[in-house]
Amino acid sequence: MSEASVESKTRKIVIDPVTRVEGHGKVTIHLDDSGQVQQARFHVVEFRGFERFIQGRPYWEVPVIVQRLCGICPVSHHLAAAKAMDKIAGVDAVSPTADKLRRLMHYGQLLQSNALHIFHLASPDLLFGFGAPVEQRNIVSVLEHFPEIGKWAIFIRRFGQEVIKATGGKKIHPTSAVPGGVNQNLSIADRDALRKDIGQILSWCLLALDRLKRVVAEREAEHKEFAYFESNFLSLVRADGVMDLYDGLLRAIDADGNVIFDGVEPSSYQEQIIEEARPWSFMKFPHIRSLGRERGWYRVGPLAQINCAASVDTPIAEAERRLFMKMGEGAPIQSTLSYHYARLICLIHSAEKIQQLLFDDDLQGADLVVTGHRRGVGVSCIEAPRGTLIHHYEVDENDQVTRANLIVSTTSNNEALNRAVSSVARKYLPGNEITDGLLNHIEVAIRAYDPCLSCATHALGRMPLIVSVEDAAGRLVQQRIKQ
Amino acid sequence: MSDQDFLITVDGMKVRAKRGQTIISACDAAGVYIPRLCHHPDLKPAGHCRLCSCYIDGRRASACTMPAAPGMVVVSNNEELNNDRRVVLDMLFVEGNHFCPTCEKSGDCELQALAYRLGITAPSLTYQWPKREIDASHPDVFIDRNTCVLCSRCIRASRDVDGKSIFGFSGRGLGMRLNIDSETKLSDTSFAAIDKAAKVCPVGCIVIKRTGYRTPIGRRHFDKAPIGTDIEACEVGDPE
Repeated sequence: MSEASVESKTRKIVIDPVTRVEGHGKVTIHLDDSGQVQQARFHVVEFRGFERFIQGRPYWEVPVIVQRLCGICPVSHHLAAAKAMDKIAGVDAVSPTADKLRRLMHYGQLLQSNALHIFHLASPDLLFGFGAPVEQRNIVSVLEHFPEIGKWAIFIRRFGQEVIKATGGKKIHPTSAVPGGVNQNLSIADRDALRKDIGQILSWCLLALDRLKRVVAEREAEHKEFAYFESNFLSLVRADGVMDLYDGLLRAIDADGNVIFDGVEPSSYQEQIIEEARPWSFMKFPHIRSLGRERGWYRVGPLAQINCAASVDTPIAEAERRLFMKMGEGAPIQSTLSYHYARLICLIHSAEKIQQLLFDDDLQGADLVVTGHRRGVGVSCIEAPRGTLIHHYEVDENDQVTRANLIVSTTSNNEALNRAVSSVARKYLPGNEITDGLLNHIEVAIRAYDPCLSCATHALGRMPLIVSVEDAAGRLVQQRIKQ
Repeated sequence: MSDQDFLITVDGMKVRAKRGQTIISACDAAGVYIPRLCHHPDLKPAGHCRLCSCYIDGRRASACTMPAAPGMVVVSNNEELNNDRRVVLDMLFVEGNHFCPTCEKSGDCELQALAYRLGITAPSLTYQWPKREIDASHPDVFIDRNTCVLCSRCIRASRDVDGKSIFGFSGRGLGMRLNIDSETKLSDTSFAAIDKAAKVCPVGCIVIKRTGYRTPIGRRHFDKAPIGTDIEACEVGDPE
């Protein structure tokens, strides 16, 4: 699994095969004079520059271009851009058919992406243990040892992709959301085909949550303490506080559950959130303006979606949310691995929403596109599978994009990823030696938040995880690269 | 068959033609497809793209400009000619900036459709990545020269149908570009979205603003059938 080579006084160890994280990142662990972990940094060192190269393009092209940031969550970018371009097109409310078709597509995206995350990428760690051999910690091994779970993985994800295809023409990179609405409704044939399977999909989601609860119960302390830290949380919610993963208002809460801000229109996000660039990473560090850099960082994603919502408007997910929140005894749940528990509640919620929408006749409506008076600025927020996604565009009088700012979920979780990696390094770095155990645990921590880093810097490619240990003088003590 | 009609042979099939008709028009009427990009049935022929180049009585010539004559023998669909067509298409792809995955013309683009028909999935030549200009000044029409294939359809349509002569070519060779009859930009011309020139672009160069992506995937022109199928479906020529 590893090759060691000696280069001067340092060792460089390359680890193969590719791990279950997509993108390009590295971790640097800084030691103090006594050799203890002082700080760990999670660097994302790729750059793609979507915000720059869409400048000059016509605004109606943007929902189709920016979704190419990602092959896992393209629908989130497609819909976030389309919602922003609704504003540019002067449309504040699309037709019921357009709204529901987009929502259906979004829940299909949440279903397939969360399924990919929990089953294909995270479940090997949870089922086999963090210390299991690397050749065992993959989806093929899950299929071999837990065929029922493997079946859920494949069929739940496939169903989500079928929902996307039915609503957008393709399983990946659909084109149906256009400024002001959609270009199609849901056909009766597609609706009936999806109706046939949704009951089974929902029941598998419930079984998956039961299985995770057993895993958590078996290793309760580990799940609670692993990469633990407290933070603020940010998510979209409806005006009445109910979970809404497609549209709504921004709510931020602190570690005790107190509201930092609430009811914030996406167009006003810059009044509440500021982004900071740091020289060692292409990924920016957003934080809550009023709290400042040190105290204002926050987490997004399924855990934030559950923590911020007053309730969930689907019955099974709401019952599970209540059970989940009991663990916090009135305060937000904070442990890193709770992300997976929350993710499964969101998975169930998405399946329930799809089931509701498939019996809504508005989806066969013919009123697809609304027009309005052109505006120069469009901002939107959506809850992507990894959390709050913000798209902000400015368009000139010739319909060309002049400025774009995308704050993707992983960017918002940037500080949290650093804290998680620091926490793991403090606990699992024995002396100066980068062990397999340390690497595995770092990956487990990163994977709880986000298995893919591409859209955070709008980057493309594989992610060799590079872990370096530097001493107090900044000298490289050891480095290992896990391809 | 009237007194004015006569027969030519195209790829071994008898095709009826009229006096004054070009080979490509006669073939279209008979349901025999010859690949083309610059040819448009509503416009005067130009012979720009060379994709319709065939062996006509043993000599190479473009089917869109050559008038049919009694007894002509035309060879269009053979490996040599199709290979040459692939090279022409390849060059058009690499000499422009064609981003098919995000282009609003995708699925309705004749260049893309021809590539699919001739089995090109990726260019084999080196991308040139030229710097091309965009003209978004017009309130209803967007010009993106990144995808221009210099077919001259817009030039002929504007000159011969619209009576405006808005467009022309400037430069030569790799420096050739679509030019506008204006000091600065399209909005300074009399060009209108209802002009014929706004409707004949085979690629995503001249598009009507705010209408992109309105046709769902699966219902776009070439989602339904490969390019040429409409012609092939109309009336298949008689086998010899």
